[in-house]
Parts: sequence; structure tokens; C-alpha cells
Amino acid sequence: MSIGHTLLGLLESGPRHGYDLKRTFDEKFGQDRPLHYGQVYSTMSRLLKNGLVEVDGVESEGGPERKRYAITDAGITDVSQWLDQPEKPEPYLQSTLYTKVVLALLTGRSASGLLDTQRSEHLRLMRILTDRKRKGDLADQLICDHALFHLEADLRWLELTAARLDQLAKVVTP
Amino acid sequence: MIPEGSLLSAHDLRKTYGSTPALDGASFSVHPGEVVAVMGPSGSGKSTLLHCLAGIVNPDSGTITYAGRELSAMSDAERSALRRSDFGFVFQFGQLVPELTCVENVALPLRLNGVKRKAAERTALEWMERLEVDGLGGKRPGEVSGGQGQRVAVARALAGSPKVIFADEPTGALDSLNGERVMELLTEAARSSHVAVVLVTHEARVAAFSDRDVTVRDGRAHNLEYSA
Repeated sequence: MSIGHTLLGLLESGPRHGYDLKRTFDEKFGQDRPLHYGQVYSTMSRLLKNGLVEVDGVESEGGPERKRYAITDAGITDVSQWLDQPEKPEPYLQSTLYTKVVLALLTGRSASGLLDTQRSEHLRLMRILTDRKRKGDLADQLICDHALFHLEADLRWLELTAARLDQLAKVVTP
Repeated sequence: MIPEGSLLSAHDLRKTYGSTPALDGASFSVHPGEVVAVMGPSGSGKSTLLHCLAGIVNPDSGTITYAGRELSAMSDAERSALRRSDFGFVFQFGQLVPELTCVENVALPLRLNGVKRKAAERTALEWMERLEVDGLGGKRPGEVSGGQGQRVAVARALAGSPKVIFADEPTGALDSLNGERVMELLTEAARSSHVAVVLVTHEARVAAFSDRDVTVRDGRAHNLEYSA
């Protein structure tokens, strides 16, 4: 995910302090990986340098100085371009799992055992996500669904590969 | 060979249809209140395992023990009585009696066990409310959607206060959203009532609602450990 574009997008609704930006980001997008303060300030200084944000005001209120950032017209254009640009689908060709299966076959280890172990691990994670989804709000549900559909796709691949192990062994072993 | 604390267990089940082996030494166990997903490719024997566990099909050999009693030692009539009193069933579709209203369908297991009509329908309505279909009481199955019909079927499976629910692809005919809601309601209701669920599915997203999964491959069941 582009942290810079996300922070810029959050600024479109009005100027915010770095701390406020971090809190909103974590709340909406950072369930698993909250931002570090350092990441926020380094990103903001880059956006500032590129003219995508400007300092809207500085407050201190007895403590350290706090800058309030506002998005510029160039920043708004940048967010629009990012949203309009489709993400590159990642086909995961030659995945680690495929490599492991082939290596197991080449070295006479149990490829079906490897697939079963992976299957269990995928299902274990799917259970955790399903539980989190059940207890969460709509945002949680959508985030978990995205992960669940990807895990499900992996599982279908694992099943299909398990069914084709004999064929694969003939192809990859000398 | 009965796993400690299990409510229903099977050991070394074998079943052949003609010359085709459906089960080839399958073992299984489920504890009270536990939801176990039975997974596996088509034709692996998972539905045969469910039918044997529920006493619908007799295995050629092997033992099935329910609450300390061996199913093979029971007469057909005793097994039928057990299915009525202790087991609930949810299938993919076509399980509701089309001539009866939804509330009459849900009340059916209670009526078969001798509960008077009014009391049975009162209990049925309570379960229908829990499954979010209490507004459909007077409708016939043909007048409700697939998702609603499946919730009515789940309410019926639970209404007779079973100890075990057998669910064979219960969301197979539903879209993702409806399927998920049915699974949520089924597993929540079963866990809170301490009912065990044997859930046959080929969908990982459905299996993810379970506590544990067992894979049937070539008539044998794998992953037997109890991990509550």
C-alpha cells in the first residue's frame, strides 16, 4: 500500500496534525500494521518537499511544536491519479509453494505431506480471520474477506496440486 | 479405541458399493459442542462417512459408538428412534416438506417425538426467531428464497434439541453472503446449545467456521486430533 497516497487522501477532508493522521490511518487501515511515528513524519516531509502538502499552521501549546498539514492542488491531483491507476495483479508465478513441492518430489520427500501441512496452516489462519470477522465491524469484515478469498484460492491450488502429484512427479523427476 | 470425551466416534469403517470402496478404514470422533468439518475431493467418501455416522447407512465393518452405545448393535427401529431424538439434519436442498408451512416444518421433529402441536409450534417459532426467519412462519417452502429456506432447515434441525447435527454441504446452493450467514447462525446456535456438528463441505470458507477439520481421501480420514 502507498502510505504517502493514503495520508494525502486522508488530508483531503481537512488539515491535520501528524499524530492525528497516524491515528486515523491506524484506525482505518492499520489493524495489523500500525504506522510508526517516524514513518508519518518522514512521509510528510517528502510530501512537503514535493509540494503535495503545505504547512497550514504550527502549534506548541507548551509542548513540542506540532505542524498542521494541508493538501495542495498538486496533492489532490496526485491522489486522483493514484486512485485511477489500476493495481498490477500479481500472479505469483513460481511461488515458494510450487518450488517446495517440486523439491520434495526431486528429493524423494513426501510432497503430499507437505501439501497437507500447508493446507492445515491455511485453514488455521482462515479460522482466525473468520472469527475476527464475526466479532468485527463492516471494515473488519471486508479486510478479512479479502484475505480469506486469497487463502481460499491458495487452498484450491493445493487441492489441485495434491490431485496431480503423480503427474507432476513424472514431469519433474529425471 | 474411543477418544476420551467423544460423543460420537467411528473406528476403522469400511464400506463398499459394488466393487467401489467408499470407506477404507476411516476413523472419526466429535465431542459435545464441537464443530468438525469433513473435507475432501468429490468421491472421497465424505458423504458416506456422514451417512454411516448418522446411522443411515450400515458400514460393512468397523464400529460406530454414540454416547457409549454401539450403533451396529441396534435394530433398525432403534436407530430410527435415535435419529429422531438425538440427531438433526441439514442438507443442500430439497429437505423441507413442500405441503407444510415453514413453522410446521420446523415443528416436525418435535411433533414426531410426541410434542403437542401448540407447544411444538411455540418452540419452532423461538428457533425461527433465532435464525432470523420468524416472519416466514405461515409461508410454504416454495414461497421463500433459498437462503431463507436453509435457515428454516437449520431451525428445524435444532428444534428437536439434538445432540448432533449432520450438515451435508448446507450452503452448497447459496451465494457467499447467504451461505456465510447460515454458517454463522448454525455454528453459534450449536455452540451455545452444546450441540456437536459434523459438517461435510468442500468449501474452505465454510470449513473455516469449524473448530477442527478432517480430510477424507480415498476413503480414509486424516487429522483426528481433538484440539478444543
